[in-house]
Amino acid sequence: MARLMTNLYDVSKCTACRGCLNACKDSNQLPAVIEPFKGNYDTHGGDTNGNTFTVMRFNEHDDPVDGVRWNFLKYQCMHCIDPECMKVCPKGAYTKLEWGATFHDEEKCIGCQYCTYACPFGIPKYRKHTDTVTKCTLCYERVGEGLTPACTRTCPTGALTFGFRDELLAVAEAKAKFLRANGFPRATVYGKVELGSGTNKIYVLTDTPDKFGLPVDPKVSANTWVWQDWVQPYAGWLIPIALAGSAISFVTTRMLASKGGNHTEGGHE
Amino acid sequence: MAKHYSRYDIDTVVKITGTPKAKYLEVLKLFCSTSAPNKTGCINYAMGITQHTVGSQNVKSFANVQLLLGNMGRPGGGINALRGENNVQGATDMALLFHIIPGYIDSPISNAANKDLLNFVKAVTPGAAKLPAASMAEFRAAVTAGIPNSGFKVNTSKWVVSMLKAWWGDACTPDNDFAYHYLPKRDAAKNYSHIAMFEAMHKGEIDGLFVMGSNPVVGGPNANKEQTAMTKLKWMVSVDLWLNETAEFWTYAGWERPHGGTHHMEKITPKDIQTEVFFLPACAVYEKEGTAAQTGRWVQYRWKGAEPLGESKSDLWIIDEIAKKVQGLYKGSTKPQDEPLTKMTWGYGHGEEPEPILVGKELSGYTVADKKPIAAGFGALKDDGSTACGVWVYCGQMASKADGSLDYKPMHRDNKDNSKTGLGLFSNWGWCWPVNRRIVYNRCSVQPDGVTPWPGDDDRVLIHWDATKISDPLKPEVVGSWVGDDVCDCVKTSPPDKAVPFLMRPEGTGCFFAAKASFKEGPFPEHYEPWESPVKNMMNSQAVNPATKIWEPDKLGTTDKYPFIGTTYRVVEHWQTGALTRNLPWLAELMPNMFVEISEELGRLREIKNGDKVMVSTTRGDIEAVACVTKRIKPYIIDGKEQHLVGALWQYGFKGYATGDPANRLTPHVGDANTMIPEYKAWLCDIRRA
Repeated sequence: MARLMTNLYDVSKCTACRGCLNACKDSNQLPAVIEPFKGNYDTHGGDTNGNTFTVMRFNEHDDPVDGVRWNFLKYQCMHCIDPECMKVCPKGAYTKLEWGATFHDEEKCIGCQYCTYACPFGIPKYRKHTDTVTKCTLCYERVGEGLTPACTRTCPTGALTFGFRDELLAVAEAKAKFLRANGFPRATVYGKVELGSGTNKIYVLTDTPDKFGLPVDPKVSANTWVWQDWVQPYAGWLIPIALAGSAISFVTTRMLASKGGNHTEGGHE
Repeated sequence: MAKHYSRYDIDTVVKITGTPKAKYLEVLKLFCSTSAPNKTGCINYAMGITQHTVGSQNVKSFANVQLLLGNMGRPGGGINALRGENNVQGATDMALLFHIIPGYIDSPISNAANKDLLNFVKAVTPGAAKLPAASMAEFRAAVTAGIPNSGFKVNTSKWVVSMLKAWWGDACTPDNDFAYHYLPKRDAAKNYSHIAMFEAMHKGEIDGLFVMGSNPVVGGPNANKEQTAMTKLKWMVSVDLWLNETAEFWTYAGWERPHGGTHHMEKITPKDIQTEVFFLPACAVYEKEGTAAQTGRWVQYRWKGAEPLGESKSDLWIIDEIAKKVQGLYKGSTKPQDEPLTKMTWGYGHGEEPEPILVGKELSGYTVADKKPIAAGFGALKDDGSTACGVWVYCGQMASKADGSLDYKPMHRDNKDNSKTGLGLFSNWGWCWPVNRRIVYNRCSVQPDGVTPWPGDDDRVLIHWDATKISDPLKPEVVGSWVGDDVCDCVKTSPPDKAVPFLMRPEGTGCFFAAKASFKEGPFPEHYEPWESPVKNMMNSQAVNPATKIWEPDKLGTTDKYPFIGTTYRVVEHWQTGALTRNLPWLAELMPNMFVEISEELGRLREIKNGDKVMVSTTRGDIEAVACVTKRIKPYIIDGKEQHLVGALWQYGFKGYATGDPANRLTPHVGDANTMIPEYKAWLCDIRRA
């Protein structure tokens, strides 16, 4: 297996300028999704959509000791090492590229949206006009040409870097250690061990993941196991069951989501 | 000074400002630690500091603090203005202001003291007002001999005459007073700033207006009044990339106002407006060539990245065409009053596009006899008509290459940092005025003896005195010279005891006590409240800066009707009035509508929830906006009492993809006593659910 390549996102350097969002739309030629302002700088409601692969969350916290913290978080596909989307896809549209990106082939996608329910981060989104699901590609074409992802290329502060995962993990650990010693005692690295095998996006956080609207312990839906072990091998002749599975998955995911609270809502909302 | 500021003890300051005492002390402790000889600190301020009735005094306070801490003229020190646009410095250098001519020289006034060139140069050369010189020849002799208390500005006459020579060429001779009488003179009793101009327009005193890259219907203070003023124009020309709010001020959409506001705005419709409006499409910065000067005075050439869209043209092309057409209209006129136009030099190439390098050459200066650029800098300028130079501070930006072609230094691109600190001199990247000096007052980077670094600070020595060096091989008798990584900010051959650090000042030193002529108020900055304030001035009995002109006394809002502090600011997603960015869908997506920010406390007080529609009112107007109720804004505790803040974005208007009411419909027509920069940053308002 090739050496994994990944994005490191250091929130302590992020100014939430959202140049990455623009670069993403430019590179992927995605149309603007203009929604009215509702009271949070995050005009996407904290969530990706079919034409927006990456968003910026703005979380406000008022701590008696630290005072007001405005936590920014770039949120997009985490490119899990062992991705759930890939397990549930009936058409094999998802594959792992050998350098680490979770690749979604829109040609193969039938728009069934199982992946949108299976994803522990709620990332893939259905896009009506193409009848497919979309998500961050980790700019695999740019990376294939020896370039860095568009978001990384445009980041003016160096909050986003791209390189070998093992090297960036070491950088991330050192940065978190530095932050812990310099006014951010709860600073941590996210993406190293989450979901067991980790993700192929590494975050350096200045506080605990919940303060950024990230799942503290991302969980895989129980249905995914059922699907992967029982349904998928017989997918060719079990389409009706698959549809039922979809319904179950839908209901259970929603239940899980409501149980865990709506973590995508930021700050004062 | 110590006595004056002893009144400003820590407790008094926090009582006035509302800054928590512990936080204030933390900031003071940190910044004052830069007074150590081996440390420097710099103050970077943005335009908000200047947008007060005491804006100039705010900046003067910074100057005093930096002088006290020893932070001037050293790498990592100084006071740096982060301008609202990238080429504000360049525009100022070109005197895009009413009170100066190019090169920061006071513009002539239509009075006896300015009646001819001799009187004018006497008035603008420090220390020369009472000089007995009766002719320019006698004045020239006095300059050569040296005028006491003049500083380096003793050379002002050379800069003025060289500018006149650049503008009027052959028609500028010793016999006609170097065409000084062609120079427009301003009325000393009049103010020509933005606010004053719109006040005059509102009274119907102005017929026509050119608006280039500006959008006063969104960006001007008291925007309702300014938009109304525009209806009194006979004609207006808008030059912009987009049909912005100002270009379309006459439309139905332009006069829509929120329902239920406290102000009755006269209903104006397009048929009521007689102003003839022209629109000239301008191309974007990436579609044209020329230089821009940044806040560190680096002049950098920018090459074209793309062809202009459609019929859009560069502003240089537009101005060049207008100048040529206007001059053509006066061709053959023998009237003396037309001579400023008929005799004007104008020649920036013969092609379709004017050549920026020829503008650069005129700015830089040339010897009249051979038209060769003056590479030596402004020291070589003369006041006898033998040199021409558009703006003396740019002198030397152009040189001749060995093959005789022009070497335009702003085009230089050597990205090697020649500083020892890594703080960045990059002396061969672009060009920096004056004379490519990257850090002004750099005499302060070494001790008064000129050779000893400040203790523990060897790396910050920019220049030092070499007692054996002969700087000019043609003058071997002059021994001793300043050498180093930067161009010295003192006379190169002046020994350390004579080489003063603040060359432009008559005293040659930094100046805490502001001379009478330099500010309308002073000599030391004193605290005044904004024109509209919820509190009394706790430092003295005068509420607002007494030197400020109050244009609209009847528009003073008071706390009985307008109990909250209002301020304006921007978001990073939009640039200035948003004319450019609100027309770009991807940026409109990120900040789609006008909103105002309030604290949770004010939200509770006025029963406003996050995302509610609200109405904000001042004595000038009403706007509707979305409320953003946020933890980031807290009420101020001023003099023990809670004061609430309404923060409004000023970047929205009725055009483009991202729209909303302009916050400047709320802001007052009042400004800084010296600059008349509007007091955008503090006023009184009310807010309620719409």
